[in-house]
Amino acid sequence: MAKKHDYVQIHRIVLEPDARATTIPDDTRSVPLEMWVKGYLNDETANIGDEVSVITRTGRQVSGKLVDDASHYTHSFGNLVPELLQVGDQVRSIVFGEGEK
Amino acid sequence: MKDLSYQAVMQRKNEIMKKSVGMDYDMFESGSIAFDYEAMMKDTGYTLEDIIRIQKGFSIGDTRIIELKNITELARKCAKPGKGARIFLKDEASNPSGSFKVRRAATSVYHAKKLGYKGVITATSGNYGAAVASVCAMAGLKCIVVQECFDSEGKGQPEIVEKARKCEALGAEVVQLSVGPELFYSVLLLLEETGYFNASLYTPFGIAGVESLGYELAQQFRKDYNCEPDVVVCSNAGGGNLTGTARGLKQANCKAQVVAASVNLKGLHMASDGQFNKKSFTTSHTGFGMPFATNPDRSDVPRSAARPLRYMDRYVTVNQGEVFYITEALASLEGLEKGPAGNTALAAAFYLAQEMDENQTIVVQETEYTGAGKHINPQLSFARDNGIEIFFGNPQDEVAGKNIILPQHPSMIKAVDYNMEQLRKSYIKNKVAGFNKPTAEDIKFLSEETKTNCDFVLRAIEELNK
Repeated sequence: MAKKHDYVQIHRIVLEPDARATTIPDDTRSVPLEMWVKGYLNDETANIGDEVSVITRTGRQVSGKLVDDASHYTHSFGNLVPELLQVGDQVRSIVFGEGEK
Repeated sequence: MKDLSYQAVMQRKNEIMKKSVGMDYDMFESGSIAFDYEAMMKDTGYTLEDIIRIQKGFSIGDTRIIELKNITELARKCAKPGKGARIFLKDEASNPSGSFKVRRAATSVYHAKKLGYKGVITATSGNYGAAVASVCAMAGLKCIVVQECFDSEGKGQPEIVEKARKCEALGAEVVQLSVGPELFYSVLLLLEETGYFNASLYTPFGIAGVESLGYELAQQFRKDYNCEPDVVVCSNAGGGNLTGTARGLKQANCKAQVVAASVNLKGLHMASDGQFNKKSFTTSHTGFGMPFATNPDRSDVPRSAARPLRYMDRYVTVNQGEVFYITEALASLEGLEKGPAGNTALAAAFYLAQEMDENQTIVVQETEYTGAGKHINPQLSFARDNGIEIFFGNPQDEVAGKNIILPQHPSMIKAVDYNMEQLRKSYIKNKVAGFNKPTAEDIKFLSEETKTNCDFVLRAIEELNK
């Protein structure tokens, strides 16, 4: 549960599929245009999925559905890509090694 | 109460733009095809000296040019005897915000502050967001960055997610959207709501900001290496990097050949929800490069200040696997870990150097920061998770969205020339569409826009009318 002033993430639909531009590919036009914004919760308390409003870091008030009450980043350096080690070894061997050509 | 529907807001576009850029684009129009490009560029009111001074005030510029001796050696091992020009890299990643884009942001933010705007809005999924956020942090202005970030399953491009993180770290508000060009509608709504300055990538302020890069490059190269750069290669997407750099080189009387390089993403639609996460490059690719070269005014301002065909001598493409390979080589041979998209020009330069003599020089004019999400390892790992095959082979066989082919040997890296005549003709075709009789002024304008002459333009128009 999120409390007033907690920094949270909300979600809302900007354009429903039938309101989207006509020039875009079919797969894009078959889904809505969605938006995610973060801000300080205005409501006293709220649960995930509730309609709430937030004050963003520039001071705008935006409303939407609460999707995350502790939004944080989890992007990383990914899994091992062994091919990159091979590339590194290969270029070093060409320049500094026996000089394969 | 204003009508906030998509159609109504798009109809108010010009009015919103005028207020948010503080510039009346109508005054440069001829009423026909031509417009006064140089007058528009002058209308910023800032000279190159002013811009350099403004950028220095934000600790921007004076980035080093590094000679890539080991990459040069690698190229020479792949080249014919006597071939293999010296390869250099301008380390723009050492700017605040980690890319050359901060040069582009500086003039806009400085100008916005001078005019009394309380904040700045920009639409970008790239390094430009962090650039604007960084300068806004220094100038004490508010900043909103609008990004296309997620597909309809809510899956974010790790590279773009990282850029969101960086913008937030620098104090900006980030508005994230799912895939689609209606992002522009959201930007217009935000501009109306906040009254902030529109720091579009394509205003004269943005492009004039990059002129300092080309100018600095020429001066510094002469001083540090005692010679002239023969070729300058620019990673190309919207064309602003190349346009600004080439204009700066010109002001330094540098005659280097200017080459554009983009990652070949042929076959992938940029506005497709399903293909959004099949791309392993979110910028510097042909999906932006080609349409913006042949129709620069498709950008988010009435007239784009980025007009790459005016300055481009050659346009080459490289494949994703080749850029990943060269990025790893840069780390392993030069000890430099830099983001992959900025290395598009380096992959091209690696090949172009092999066409040139050993005593010649080729300069890659930018690098970008790297980190979680926007590093070759997470990008390849993400691609693999999305069903893209990654293997060693002939990179020329790569099919964007299906596989990433790392070259079996560096000698297989090739920069493939795009037909410039075809590019110039499609630009002319786009411009004359809807005009029955181009005026003499139009013909001259089109020749300047395509770096050709009036005969070429007249012949191209004649062909179109056949």
